[in-house]
Amino acid sequence: MVHIDFNKLRFLVVDDNLHMRRILRTLLHGFGARDVIEAEDGAGGLEAFSTGNPDIVFLDWEMPIFGGLELIQMIRQPGVNSNPYVPIIMLTGHTERTRVTAARDAGITEFLAKPISAKGLYHRVFSVVAQPRPFIKTASYFGPDRRRTTNASYTGPERRRGGAADTIGQVGLIEKAKTVA
Amino acid sequence: MAQDRNDRPTVATYADHEVIVPPNRLKKAVAVAKPAGFDPVARAEEALGNLAGDFAQWMDGECSKLDEARQRVKTEGFAEETRDVLFRCAHDIKGEAATFGFPLVAPPADSLCRLIEHTPDMAQIPLELVDQHVDAIRAIVRENSRTDIEQVAWNLTRRLREVTDEFLRHENRDRPEILKIVMAPSLVPGGRSD
Repeated sequence: MVHIDFNKLRFLVVDDNLHMRRILRTLLHGFGARDVIEAEDGAGGLEAFSTGNPDIVFLDWEMPIFGGLELIQMIRQPGVNSNPYVPIIMLTGHTERTRVTAARDAGITEFLAKPISAKGLYHRVFSVVAQPRPFIKTASYFGPDRRRTTNASYTGPERRRGGAADTIGQVGLIEKAKTVA
Repeated sequence: MAQDRNDRPTVATYADHEVIVPPNRLKKAVAVAKPAGFDPVARAEEALGNLAGDFAQWMDGECSKLDEARQRVKTEGFAEETRDVLFRCAHDIKGEAATFGFPLVAPPADSLCRLIEHTPDMAQIPLELVDQHVDAIRAIVRENSRTDIEQVAWNLTRRLREVTDEFLRHENRDRPEILKIVMAPSLVPGGRSD
């Protein structure tokens, strides 16, 4: 049975809400993490990402100045940032399908709808640590492979030309978002 | 210092995309054996439980912020900034309420978020309906210990949601694609159904 040693990871929590940052820090410490840095908006988050070099980023969607989606776009820039591949877990009260899809297309790694639970949070971290996915770079996308499952009934065209990446068998992001836990 | 090969991504290039396998920086945290008797989820839940004594006070603070944002809208009118502040306050409550022990507050907060987010012309948002949402949220928090609070909260929320949906249908009557999104069910149910 694989176990995650949280003490070997550095986490960055970007959320404008003080209480939510406190809750996340408390849960991460409960898992065994010691190295948790925080930022209260997108600008501070970018600064903390650049200087703190975190292993995993937790990100809120709604923040003043610039929000979570804008910060993702700044992080997912190969050649600009030291680690454009950093796992990004979006924690948000947005639970509409269109929002989950928009977050996925911006390049998040995992999505966790609030209210968050210890179990849900642990599973998302476990997923990004123990089941890393390859990245896909196209003219319009750079981020983790969005194909998590093979749909045998899909009859549309193959949109990737010249060969497709192996699909990493995982539960799809929208299905995961339906799971409150 | 020379870069280790393991620190570089491997790239497979295809006609219109690249498949990149980044260096796995996180494998350092993968352990095969779990320390005996250590349950990280249970320990995190216990740590969160130690904060629970503060949750009611935190919820009161969030309600005060929502009330202030409502007052600003009433004083200054709906502008981009006042709307965004009101939305973020309601959105915070929607996301936090259950964690703070006030799950019945999340649905009316969600309804207020929908009202603000999906009204195409913010000048048309009825201040009376904003007031009703904010007052309902505050009332549910204040009366949270009542034995019949679940029924009271549900009745309030259902009526608020009905009025809000009716208003949004009217305001988005010429935007069928948006209306479809607005009326789509949430992936995470916010309230009970009956």
